[in-house]
Amino acid sequence: MVLGLVAVCAPLGDTCLSRGMTGLPGISLAHPFTLIAAVFTPWIGLGIALLIGFFASYLTALSWADLTYVLPATAFGNVIVALLSRFWLHEPISLERWSGIVLITLGVGFVANGPSLTERPAATVDTEIAVAVEQEATR
Amino acid sequence: MTVPFPAPHLDPWSAAAMIACVVLCSTTGEVLTAAAMKSIGDLDDIRAHSGLKGAIRAVLTCPLFFAGVSFLALAFFSLLFALNHLNLSLVAPASASLTLVTNAIAGKIFLKENVDRRRWSAAVLVCIGVYLLAH
Repeated sequence: MVLGLVAVCAPLGDTCLSRGMTGLPGISLAHPFTLIAAVFTPWIGLGIALLIGFFASYLTALSWADLTYVLPATAFGNVIVALLSRFWLHEPISLERWSGIVLITLGVGFVANGPSLTERPAATVDTEIAVAVEQEATR
Repeated sequence: MTVPFPAPHLDPWSAAAMIACVVLCSTTGEVLTAAAMKSIGDLDDIRAHSGLKGAIRAVLTCPLFFAGVSFLALAFFSLLFALNHLNLSLVAPASASLTLVTNAIAGKIFLKENVDRRRWSAAVLVCIGVYLLAH
């Protein structure tokens, strides 16, 4: 559920940002503050709201799983981005790019089948607890 | 109106530099954020004991979290800048996938995560995918 929210909110948010940014005139490094003004346009605002939803789900997932598990497991969003940019933004996507997206998805599926959290040796945990108890006792 | 890649006024090195900037800021931010969340503990457990306010307080009182968010904010503005010049279908998958690879390396080095053969293989598949995406 949490990983699903991460996968859906991120591409939807990115697509809204793209829709908003491509509608604006070109922004150059000479006028970086125009980026701040862009934040208050409707599409960018909606994109930011969706990305806040993504971030809350992402933080929850990171609290119980490895970073190297959470990121790949949620990268299915790339496929959603490709579909949104093709059918909503009408951007051209070549066969090579589709192949790239398929390979990325394969990689994601590969890593997502592994364990979500690095197992720490029980002895190490016991040692850490023992050290903590000892420190508490000497206070 | 759609923008072809690379955009007419933009050379491939500038496009690569924009994506690299997003990836570097994003990786630093994500590693710092992951370290913060690991130091806080399972948010579901904290919410069960102290409620939603307790969980939010636990996150907002962690300095590492703010360091991570600062870098993620930098990555966000780099992404906005890149989206102004490049197609979403290039920037979003390329930055997300390259971030996956740099995170695998950073996760092993800094977070001591078990990045096994399965995860490295996934990184290689993703690299090939990114190469195809950029052509």
